[in-house]
Amino acid sequence: MATKTVQRVDTVTIRFAGDSGDGMQLTGDRFTSVTAKVGNDLATLPDFPAEIRAPAGSLPGVSGFQLHFADHDILTPGDAPDVLVAMNPAALKMNINDLEPGGTLVVNVDAFTRGNLRKAQYDDNPLDDGSLDGFQVFQVPVTTLTVGALEGHELSSKDKQRAKNMFALGLMSFMYSRPTDPTIKWLSDKFSRQPEIAAANVVAFKAGWAFGETTEVFAHTYEVKAASLPPGRYRQITGNLALAYGLIAAAERSGLPLFLGSYPITPASDILHELSRHKQFGIRTMQAEDEIAGIGAALGAAFAGSLAVTTTSGPGIALKSETIGLALSVELPLLIIDIQRGGPSTGLPTKTEQSDLLQVLFGRNGDAPIPVVAAATSGGCFDAALEAARIAIKYRTPVVLLSDGYLANGAEPWRLPEVDDLPALSELVRFQREANHDGAYWPFLRDPETLARPWAIPGTAGLEHRIGGLEKADGTGNISYDPANHHRMTELRAAKVAGIAQDIPPLEVDVGEHDPANPPKVLVVGWGSTYGPIRAAVRRVRQQGMKVARTHLRHLNPFPANTGDVLASYERILVPEMNLGQLRMLLRAEYLADVRGYNKVTGLPFTSRELAAAITEQVVDVQAAEEPVPSMDPSRQGVRHR
Amino acid sequence: MSDTTVRPLSKKDFVSDQEVRWCPGCGDYAILANVQGIMPDLGFPRERIVFVSGIGCSSRFPYYMNTYGFHSIHGRAPALATGISVTRPDLKVFVITGDGDGLSIGGNHLIHALRRNANMTIILFNNQIYGLTKGQYSPTSEVGKVTKSTPFGSLDHPFNPVSVALGAEATFVARSIDTERAHLAEMVAIAARHQGASFIEVYQNCNIFNDGAFQTLKDDPASNQIRLEHGRPIRFGPDHEKGVMLAEGARLRIVDVADVGEERLLVHDAHREDPSLAFMLSRLAHGAEGPAPIGVFRQVSRPVYGVQMQGQIDAAVEQRGRGDLAGLLAGTDPWDVH
Repeated sequence: MATKTVQRVDTVTIRFAGDSGDGMQLTGDRFTSVTAKVGNDLATLPDFPAEIRAPAGSLPGVSGFQLHFADHDILTPGDAPDVLVAMNPAALKMNINDLEPGGTLVVNVDAFTRGNLRKAQYDDNPLDDGSLDGFQVFQVPVTTLTVGALEGHELSSKDKQRAKNMFALGLMSFMYSRPTDPTIKWLSDKFSRQPEIAAANVVAFKAGWAFGETTEVFAHTYEVKAASLPPGRYRQITGNLALAYGLIAAAERSGLPLFLGSYPITPASDILHELSRHKQFGIRTMQAEDEIAGIGAALGAAFAGSLAVTTTSGPGIALKSETIGLALSVELPLLIIDIQRGGPSTGLPTKTEQSDLLQVLFGRNGDAPIPVVAAATSGGCFDAALEAARIAIKYRTPVVLLSDGYLANGAEPWRLPEVDDLPALSELVRFQREANHDGAYWPFLRDPETLARPWAIPGTAGLEHRIGGLEKADGTGNISYDPANHHRMTELRAAKVAGIAQDIPPLEVDVGEHDPANPPKVLVVGWGSTYGPIRAAVRRVRQQGMKVARTHLRHLNPFPANTGDVLASYERILVPEMNLGQLRMLLRAEYLADVRGYNKVTGLPFTSRELAAAITEQVVDVQAAEEPVPSMDPSRQGVRHR
Repeated sequence: MSDTTVRPLSKKDFVSDQEVRWCPGCGDYAILANVQGIMPDLGFPRERIVFVSGIGCSSRFPYYMNTYGFHSIHGRAPALATGISVTRPDLKVFVITGDGDGLSIGGNHLIHALRRNANMTIILFNNQIYGLTKGQYSPTSEVGKVTKSTPFGSLDHPFNPVSVALGAEATFVARSIDTERAHLAEMVAIAARHQGASFIEVYQNCNIFNDGAFQTLKDDPASNQIRLEHGRPIRFGPDHEKGVMLAEGARLRIVDVADVGEERLLVHDAHREDPSLAFMLSRLAHGAEGPAPIGVFRQVSRPVYGVQMQGQIDAAVEQRGRGDLAGLLAGTDPWDVH
């Protein structure tokens, strides 16, 4: 057995790419799990087509999974892979331009048949034409070796070939010194009802590992040491899983039964799937006949005393708009979860975007303000769900929680919270039990502090009352067409939501290390999933010796109370967004601040490299404007005048 | 706390303090008075009753009932009612809707609530016209209806609400008439006690925009109301001289009993699992023209959506114990960083 040298590296970005049927998401998931286990920090970016199975071998059918792992804290799934595993020519073609120069390329050479090359629109075989000379290429006959390793197994040739992703995983696990036991155990558990399949996958996985170990082409392996994360107990989590858990936690902490009314939609469906699994928490999930019924049932459940939730993506929000309006008009707690994707219309269902901000803020008839909370990281979806629930229950209002496809499917290590430290939402529920006005019950008699109305649920004797979407008289809640009352109620609804600004943390600014006499002049403002890329970019810019400040909005309505003051303290404000400038427009309108944007809608998260360049440009521009003007020489005035 | 559970309730207890704002002469008044009147007999505690509605004239109904009520969005009442019903099996939920609300904008929710068999009683006021928007034709208007939106006559074929409900395999389907006080009360009472989704179509007169739509049935009830009674041969007419028979070619025919003999008449079986015969009966109605069956078309038993949902929760708790949040969050694969 050849002795391999072990090379220590601090960070690696690896991308698995293959046909949608090749099991690349699963391979990536497994690699992620064992990587988490060895204590690396990590972030993932699954990237798959909307089609379940585009024609095999075709370019649209390519599915990819990128994983960034490191011995230090990282903030993004990596700008560009250092290592690309391409299971067929189409996967190579779709991904090779992203591979770092000099990067490692592992290809399944068996898949480079004339037919597959044609499907990938290659005239010449890229493995032979010198086009890959700038990379370190490993041509591995993955299919042949997998089928060979499975000789004697009672499986069809097709089933044997299907195990090739486990061969690739075994090989990469060897190259990056990942432990094998967790994957072997996982395979045995997953296929416990099909022991032959389980055995075949384990054999393929081990064969991949052995191939790396014994073949001389792989001269060395790599080791990435554990990252020094804050102490605690961790798990790996995706945004949608964290969000589902946040909702369960909100139900447990509020003492309210959880109800989800939802209609399947990418990329939100996994929350419906997850919540449907945990009935032992008393959770009721209903797959409704459409988006409207999903939120309708949820609003009914809210009226009846549940912690009611509906989950969707942009097109679903459009359908739910009228019911969101009713919920805010009848002032009942309701969580509306929007996992944003590329729009407009059907758009890019499996790609990420931040373009629903204006829709959730303004997409209703009438003056119809509702609070909006946005998650910043995958793990942060948990806290965002609790915060949205807190606001909804305390203020008796629908609340929108914005996440997006990148957070939803991306995974990262997540430090487990102590359950007892989670917010005690039960104190906020306070169902009305008794009459509140001269022996009568007035459903719109507000709490003078929060302006929230009482919540009396059916079953409470003596508090029978009617609510609805017609304008209600202030106090009694009876139908009212009185002009002054409508004006007052519109203002009250707006004041209630605006008042939440006093009940959320002020905006914190990360100013970096700098001379107090000479603070940064450029502020980068982010919201939602750009948190990681912006932090990574700011880190890069600061490493170049430039000063830049950074802040992140977790509440989009209302904004934190000090937002205007923060913005006023900087000469230049840059808002990077995966839309054409929605938050920028809001900040300009609200604070008359000259906010600039960096905007891109490619369906992919920002790279830290491009953001660093955009920030650097602003820093340099502000510096240039401040260069002391050369001493005034009257004779040259005409020349300088422009 | 109120003492309403101690004293026997009367109709007055179900009358809210809100001024009723339907047009004078509207059929809705009769239905409201009827429903308020039978509520005490149904035995549901007042605080456990919820009336949910959509938008339209009929949908103002909840405001006039001194129970819990929710006046929601056009067409969406069955969706809201489903959420209330499945989260609170202890409540008695009614949906009040109309032909436009329930069969046009809200048709989808109606059929799904019925097929799901969520526990609720849906009362659809069918006046074959849009009232609140001032007189456009509705999905139950007869072809050729001349209205403001169809000055040359409506073109589209109407729904028969009972057929729609049976097509959705509702477990309880009935029809009654606003002015048939005793019959309507009986239908509402049976429907309200049904476990699952119950559906009643009520022929209701809009005296402003579609007056007299069901006048034939009211002017000569004996000749034009075919009263369905479970277990009885279907007969009608002033002297019960007419009947309904399953004829050749798998169709129902109205016949003279004298011609065919009573033994050949169709015996109504509302409890029949297969809804096909009930559907054929529903096709005997021709809206404003000719005799129409009223009564219970179908009354069968099927698991109730909310009950089953609760059953899954109970089974999960029994098998796995009440959920443990800390355990859930940690998952099966956590690791420690020191």
